[in-house]
Amino acid sequence: MSEKIPVTVLTGYLGAGKTTLLNRILTEDHGKKFAVIVNEFGEAGIDGDLIVGADEEIFEMNNGCICCTVRGDLIRILDGLMKRKGKFDAIIVETTGLADPAPVAQTFFVDQDVGDATKLDAVITVTDAKWLKDRLKDAPEAKNQIAFADVIVLNKVDLVTAEELASVEAAIRAINPYAKLHKTTRCDVAIDQLLDRNAFDLDRILDIEPDFLESGHHHHHSDEVRSMSFTIPGDVDPEKFMPWINDVSQAQGPQILRSKGILAFKDEPRRFVFQGVHMILDGDLQRDWKADEARSSRLVFIGRDLNENELRKGFEACAA
Amino acid sequence: MDTITKPVSLREHVVPVEAGEHVVGTHWLKATLALALSDGRVLRWTDGALDNVEAHAGGILSACGDGERLVTGGDDGRVVATAAEGEPTEIARDPKRRWVDAVTLSASGSLAWNTGKTVHARDDKGKVRSLDFATTPQGLVFAPKGYRLAIGQMNGVSLWYPNTEAKPDLLDWKGSHLDVMWSPDGRFVVSSMQENALHGWRLGDKPAHMRMTGYPSKPRSLSWSHDGLWLASSGADAAIVWPFQGEGPSGKAPRECGARHAKVSRVAFHPRALVLAVGYDDGCILMIRLTDASELLVRPALRGSGITAFAWDKTGKRLAFGAEDGAAGVLTLPAT
Repeated sequence: MSEKIPVTVLTGYLGAGKTTLLNRILTEDHGKKFAVIVNEFGEAGIDGDLIVGADEEIFEMNNGCICCTVRGDLIRILDGLMKRKGKFDAIIVETTGLADPAPVAQTFFVDQDVGDATKLDAVITVTDAKWLKDRLKDAPEAKNQIAFADVIVLNKVDLVTAEELASVEAAIRAINPYAKLHKTTRCDVAIDQLLDRNAFDLDRILDIEPDFLESGHHHHHSDEVRSMSFTIPGDVDPEKFMPWINDVSQAQGPQILRSKGILAFKDEPRRFVFQGVHMILDGDLQRDWKADEARSSRLVFIGRDLNENELRKGFEACAA
Repeated sequence: MDTITKPVSLREHVVPVEAGEHVVGTHWLKATLALALSDGRVLRWTDGALDNVEAHAGGILSACGDGERLVTGGDDGRVVATAAEGEPTEIARDPKRRWVDAVTLSASGSLAWNTGKTVHARDDKGKVRSLDFATTPQGLVFAPKGYRLAIGQMNGVSLWYPNTEAKPDLLDWKGSHLDVMWSPDGRFVVSSMQENALHGWRLGDKPAHMRMTGYPSKPRSLSWSHDGLWLASSGADAAIVWPFQGEGPSGKAPRECGARHAKVSRVAFHPRALVLAVGYDDGCILMIRLTDASELLVRPALRGSGITAFAWDKTGKRLAFGAEDGAAGVLTLPAT
């Protein structure tokens, strides 16, 4: 199996600075060649070697999963690009401001040909410090894009006061406390903070989120999209946990935007790590628990209208 | 004991062809083999002599052939025809340079291709008609007889008479239809689907559905046997061959040929016999006789050299293949 090509998804509401960031990535002296997939009606003025127009065609999958949608055009374009392997090192997918990131992310889990040839590296969301709070009120897409992000570029911070900045940051953290956040002017963030994040790599979940296993964030009542985390200070019983998490993702998949977990299974020396996008779960046993590491089990959900008490009780019932 | 050594391998009958780039498609133009390459070139091989021409400014995405010319669609938005000799000729050019990732030819020389959400059909006199769709049309194939085009898209396959004003008929089935095949007798239309399945329709006043499921991945290569009674498909760790005698494969089990620990990536039936060439994503090629399931090795597995293209010549004496790493070759069957 040859090396999988990393794919970075660049999302963000209209005018936040996506094209600025894209051009920075493309023109910076990093010696990498990119294939860039932009939406057909996207802004002009993108410099690069291999630019492909996409039309954000959403396919519903006929697999009995109601929220399972994929980007048909992306599958087609990636198939075409794979014929030219070796001509580029990485792929960037730019979405429209109105796009839901879920179908893009799900494409990499659902389509085997895509999953064999490429790997989703990270979802980067560019936001505008001045207007984000308004968008969070009037545009559900903006909220989804924040909730989905692995990396958030909070741009145009020079246009707001310190108080406004703190307030917009709190609004972001209420939805997604786990993403890497970069405060920028004209998207001036080091490219290595954006690429090679391995955000969807189960091996790397801890490395990129060092706070992940530390004790809980308090949940926020400010918004219907929010994150919640649950910890069991010890082992869980996989015989109870696996059916429960499957039931939860089946029943509440449409509301769950992203989920992640690191679990200690009873009598299992290795850590079980999983992540999910809506109903699609991907999990595996990873490295051993270290001797100086406390075995504990923790779950994170980011979603819309989730019943926190019910989820907590359900998870706690899985304790070994 | 049988003391006669039977040939279990055809390896020594393969002549390598250095294509150098991912082979998107290959077709015989009489005695010349034309290979469409992912860097935009068309390579022509005539008994060991090679030449190549620049057909596209970008990469080639799709290719078809009718024995006289190789027609290619590229990411430069152009449709180009290349004959056994001479320079390529441009047939169409999209002003927006949208990808042409489906092209097809009919026996009478009609041509069809896609750009964006539009399908273009060009009859044998050169008249072009275009039809817009709500979703991207992917698979294109002409009926074996008459000027009628099948178009795979979201939630079905449209059957269109490009030279009439009539609206296309829709064979509907929920899901995304990728490649389309029309049986040689014209009775069946079969599509490959995003959902790792084939879907078929027996044409008639009330088209009957045929579901062919169970693939671990998308079956993107399909081939009819010369008698039209079998349809071979890729997408599993064996070639899956469905019986199309009588009413079609409904309720019947398919044959599984050449099971290995690799995914079948291309299949191609011999033009005159029930012999199937099977190419795998690990580079291996087997030749399998359907009647007794006997197997001959054409090419051993080679890492990173998955099979991407097959072409039998008209008489079935030579089989050409191409691979993702730019390897290619021509097998000449030994005279028996």
